[in-house]
Amino acid sequence: MVIDCKHVWGYISEYIDGSLSEETRRMVQNHLDHCELCSAVLDSTRNIIILTADERVFELPAGFSERLHARLDEELRPPSTSP
Amino acid sequence: MQPPPTRQSETEIITAILAGETQLYHELIRPHERTVYMMALSFMKNEAEAEDVAQEAFLKAFRALSTFRLESQFSTWLISITLNEARSRLRKQSNVRIQSLDEDPDEDRPISPALLRDWREIPSEALERMEVRTILQQAVSALPEIYRQVFLLRDVEELNVSETAEALQISVPAVKVRLHRARLMLQKQLTPLLKATQPAQKRRWIPWS
Ligand SMILES: [Zn+2]
Repeated sequence: MVIDCKHVWGYISEYIDGSLSEETRRMVQNHLDHCELCSAVLDSTRNIIILTADERVFELPAGFSERLHARLDEELRPPSTSP
Repeated sequence: MQPPPTRQSETEIITAILAGETQLYHELIRPHERTVYMMALSFMKNEAEAEDVAQEAFLKAFRALSTFRLESQFSTWLISITLNEARSRLRKQSNVRIQSLDEDPDEDRPISPALLRDWREIPSEALERMEVRTILQQAVSALPEIYRQVFLLRDVEELNVSETAEALQISVPAVKVRLHRARLMLQKQLTPLLKATQPAQKRRWIPWS
């Protein structure tokens, strides 16, 4: 079965995650092998996912851990009087 | 010698904390600090407020630790506490939020990606440039809330689909749909911006050194 570009775009995310059924995956793969537009959509999407997952993009604010654990210390120090 | 605490399973650490070794709570949460902060940030959009929500969530989790069911995932439990904390704080703030927290009226309309003939991969080294990091941060922050949350948990914090569903208390199919839309929205917006940060192609063959 042949599918058009718009259909392929609808499968991009699941294609990346490898969660398509074998039949659909093959259909999409077939299209990608021959369509440079959709291949570029796939490559750029994948590239963006890899870049945003990099720890340098979203960093904890400086001193976050120190402030958090200092605040927790106030809570943890007295013998716990849980309700 | 005692094995370092990091080698203990979370379940063992939680049991020990509940038995009175409260200082172990520091160790328990260390691997989750970033996830909790990111979730808080996805709601509050302001670093100081997000930090406050994250601290509050860790405190509440400690106080409620005895209600944690040992067979579930500590990370998803923490995330749901964080979400509740962020939501209740937003409700208390008087500013009216027009966008609904839980739905997108356009969810059925497909998103067309940015189209290009080929994509020259942007390597991770590009992230050494502040400019590139900022472009990525801003695009993710600008996603509508329901997409931002799913994207942050799945693609930034790398939770799997069912963990994401559990944390956000939505269905697995909803996670997949939202993730798909988030990824395509980012592709559409970021592709031209990222391309513009790369060295011009016409200079490719000039021997620089
Ligand atoms: Zn195509």
